[in-house]
Amino acid sequence: MQQLTTTLLTGLTLGAVFSAFALALVMIWRSTRIVNFAQAPMAMVTTYVALVLIDAGASYWVGFVAALLSGFVLGAVIERVVVRHVEGKAELNAVILTLGLFIVLHAAAALVFGSRFRSFPAPFGVRGLTVGDSTIPLTGFGIFTLVSVLVVMGLLVALFRGTDIGLRMRAAAFGPEVARLLGVKVGRMLTLGWALASVVGSLSGLLIAGGGLVHPGYMDSVVVYGFVAAVLGGLESPGGAVVGGLSLGLTLSVVSGYVGSEVVPLAALLVLVVVLLVRPGGLFSTVHERRV
Amino acid sequence: MLDVRDLTTTYGAVRALDGVTFTAPQGRITAVLGANGAGKTTLLRTLSGLVPAASGSARLGDTDLLTTPAEEMTRAGLAHVPEGRGVIAQLTVEENLRLGALGARGGGRKADLDRVTDLFPVLGERRHQVAHTLSGGERQMLVIARALLADPAILLLDEPSLGLAPRIVTQIFDLLRGLVDDDGLTVVLVEQNARSALSISDVGLVLDLGKVVVHDDAAVLVDDATLRHAYLGF
Ligand SMILES: Nc1ncnc2c1ncn2[C@@H]1O[C@H](COP(=O)(O)OP(=O)(O)OP(=O)(O)O)[C@@H](O)[C@H]1O
Ligand SMILES: [Mg+2]
Repeated sequence: MQQLTTTLLTGLTLGAVFSAFALALVMIWRSTRIVNFAQAPMAMVTTYVALVLIDAGASYWVGFVAALLSGFVLGAVIERVVVRHVEGKAELNAVILTLGLFIVLHAAAALVFGSRFRSFPAPFGVRGLTVGDSTIPLTGFGIFTLVSVLVVMGLLVALFRGTDIGLRMRAAAFGPEVARLLGVKVGRMLTLGWALASVVGSLSGLLIAGGGLVHPGYMDSVVVYGFVAAVLGGLESPGGAVVGGLSLGLTLSVVSGYVGSEVVPLAALLVLVVVLLVRPGGLFSTVHERRV
Repeated sequence: MLDVRDLTTTYGAVRALDGVTFTAPQGRITAVLGANGAGKTTLLRTLSGLVPAASGSARLGDTDLLTTPAEEMTRAGLAHVPEGRGVIAQLTVEENLRLGALGARGGGRKADLDRVTDLFPVLGERRHQVAHTLSGGERQMLVIARALLADPAILLLDEPSLGLAPRIVTQIFDLLRGLVDDDGLTVVLVEQNARSALSISDVGLVLDLGKVVVHDDAAVLVDDATLRHAYLGF
């Protein structure tokens, strides 16, 4: 029983982080049809921004906010300066470009921040809570992880569904030419989309770093899991990304707890292959463009 | 009034528009006709800034259309309903309509949403439905309604009758005629279906290989059998 609760709670928190990362991938895929492999090093760079501030004496929260803000700026700049040139061009160009960015950001981070392992603080306890005489394996930081991902998800839904700017962003993503004819400044919306996605990616970077070690490659494995989560959710849907992330987290945690942690990457791959074979549109694919 | 002079648009070596000159008078419907590949779509896309012109001029009142970016067109009073499926399929009917109103010259107003749902009651009934679930006719109504919400002075329509039942086409054309007569809207109507387009138009313009070959009153085009056989196929 104790082991099952542990497994499930660990899975949920892990899944929440995958969800955030998948959400970032989905937002960019939806608006620019690009799989942003550079999302991991982008989040890594912004985590370093937080770390530098915290090491210089700032509070965790100052670092936290600075990381998210720098994520916004980094996403916007990368879209404007680099990605703009491959939007709407052959898909391979974009793949090579984001892979190139991956390498460049890695190298730059190693140069600027060094490549040694550095510990990153967590704002809440990373030990299980004690209730009576038993310990629940839910940590303060775990709760913070879950809550922050849910809050971000909620804010994004509110933005996309409830505001004019969100409507313009969706229109620019789904029908750029029609959107332009309706007066939407499509380029600006795509920049904003990258910026917001990058903020969400930065959040996942902070959540993974919390209470652990940071080095230029610490986010790299998350790309794989985040991508699997995004595909699980159908790549198109933010809600799907969150559910995909949580299901993947739970699955991997069960595999790790009952089979062995060394098969986790294999299990993720297996999940990916099965989903692509059985439901290539993601777990929740129902609608298809109706042709008339 | 739309005033087009010597407009030329090229795609590489292809001259899709070759020195096109005409005016589309205010409060009138101008039908643009011609065979496949004649340059009709290119004309509309050049006017709305989706395709750059190689030379010539195009003015809408005081606005130089050729230097106005596509995303500024609605604010300049020009609405373009593109060829094919112009709905944003993933958005609901209401979101598509709201988007039209957002681009309006005076900023969107709630009252206008009610006005178009009066014109097209079916859109009101389906306002919360995702647009990809609409039938072809409903989609066409949606894109026209959405364009009207931008409160345009001129409406460019690219083959609104494509794939629609004749009854729906008549309904949409009658509605256009009504808007022109009652509100002074100016319409440029690109059509394959020359006969029904001319029946509601004031002026007809026939393009052939990017050149204007006929420009006359719609009634004259309908009556001239030689012309009809040569260019209009009826
Ligand atoms: N993007 C493009 N690149 C190259 N050539 C093009 C492009 N778009 C159109 N053309 C060419 O320009 C010419 C005019 O095309 P256009 O689409 O304007 O014709 P149309 O009169 O609208 O035809 P239809 O009735 O079939 O819609 C055609 O020869 C077409 O092949
Ligand atoms: Mg055409």
